[in-house]
Amino acid sequence: MSTEIQTPRSGRNSSGKYSSGKIAPQYRRGTGSKGNFEMFAWLFMRLSGVVLVVLIFGHLFVNLMVGEGIHGIDFGFVAGKWADPFWQFWDLAMLWLAMLHGTNGVRTIINDYAEKDATRLWLKVVLYAATVVIVVLGTLVIFTFNPCPVVNGVQLPGGFCPAP
Amino acid sequence: MPTKPAGTLYRGREGMWSWVGHRITGVVIFFFLLVHVLDTSLVRVSPEAYTAVIGAYKNPLMALGETGLVAAIVFHAFNGLRVIAIDFWKKGAKYQRQMLWTVLVLWLVVFGAFAIRHLSLALGGH
Repeated sequence: MSTEIQTPRSGRNSSGKYSSGKIAPQYRRGTGSKGNFEMFAWLFMRLSGVVLVVLIFGHLFVNLMVGEGIHGIDFGFVAGKWADPFWQFWDLAMLWLAMLHGTNGVRTIINDYAEKDATRLWLKVVLYAATVVIVVLGTLVIFTFNPCPVVNGVQLPGGFCPAP
Repeated sequence: MPTKPAGTLYRGREGMWSWVGHRITGVVIFFFLLVHVLDTSLVRVSPEAYTAVIGAYKNPLMALGETGLVAAIVFHAFNGLRVIAIDFWKKGAKYQRQMLWTVLVLWLVVFGAFAIRHLSLALGGH
């Protein structure tokens, strides 16, 4: 027997008839309307997902596949990358997009599995707090980072540092 | 609760298992990301702190962990593109099963290449 699978959220139910496209009443939680937030969250997952594939595959290739791979990763390696605004921007975009994408994914999972209102609320409070801390910390590190620190009066070596 | 709901198209088939895989890999990647931002932030503390923690990562057990993480990332990436195709391509839902097999073949090729290179670097020493 062949069955046709309808596109999710197409507004058609399993018998192929058009319905309102809304969640069935028995599965609806709460009464308030959230406007278009869920639609924008759904769209954001797809748009950020495509960009993240490029950013993260590039990140893994440059850091782990080229040259001596993981043996090359140390302070000087990170400093060399962040001395270049190109990699600062790359890593900043990756940080923000990945954190928002991941946070929205975990939010969806919390909504799916935590049935009590209070449990959902507290899990999301913890999630959003973690997200804010990580995004702010990561952003500050990328932009306040000094690739040429002077340790005990000696400048660390690196071709990207100006001659002392 | 009925054990076998009638008329279910998803349950127990490729659609369901790819969805389960997408969720599990997504959560794994998210928790890794939190730790990864924290360890990279050590460059702001001192070069020694960063290099010491990264040095502690350079052992065979972590190499296997990194390989597993990349397995999760590559699956999540390709299956995510499949989800986008299902949602936006007119024939996406019809070909979702064929696209899953494409995802798995691509996963095998890309992950296999990564694993060979990364493990030979990490386990082979200098």
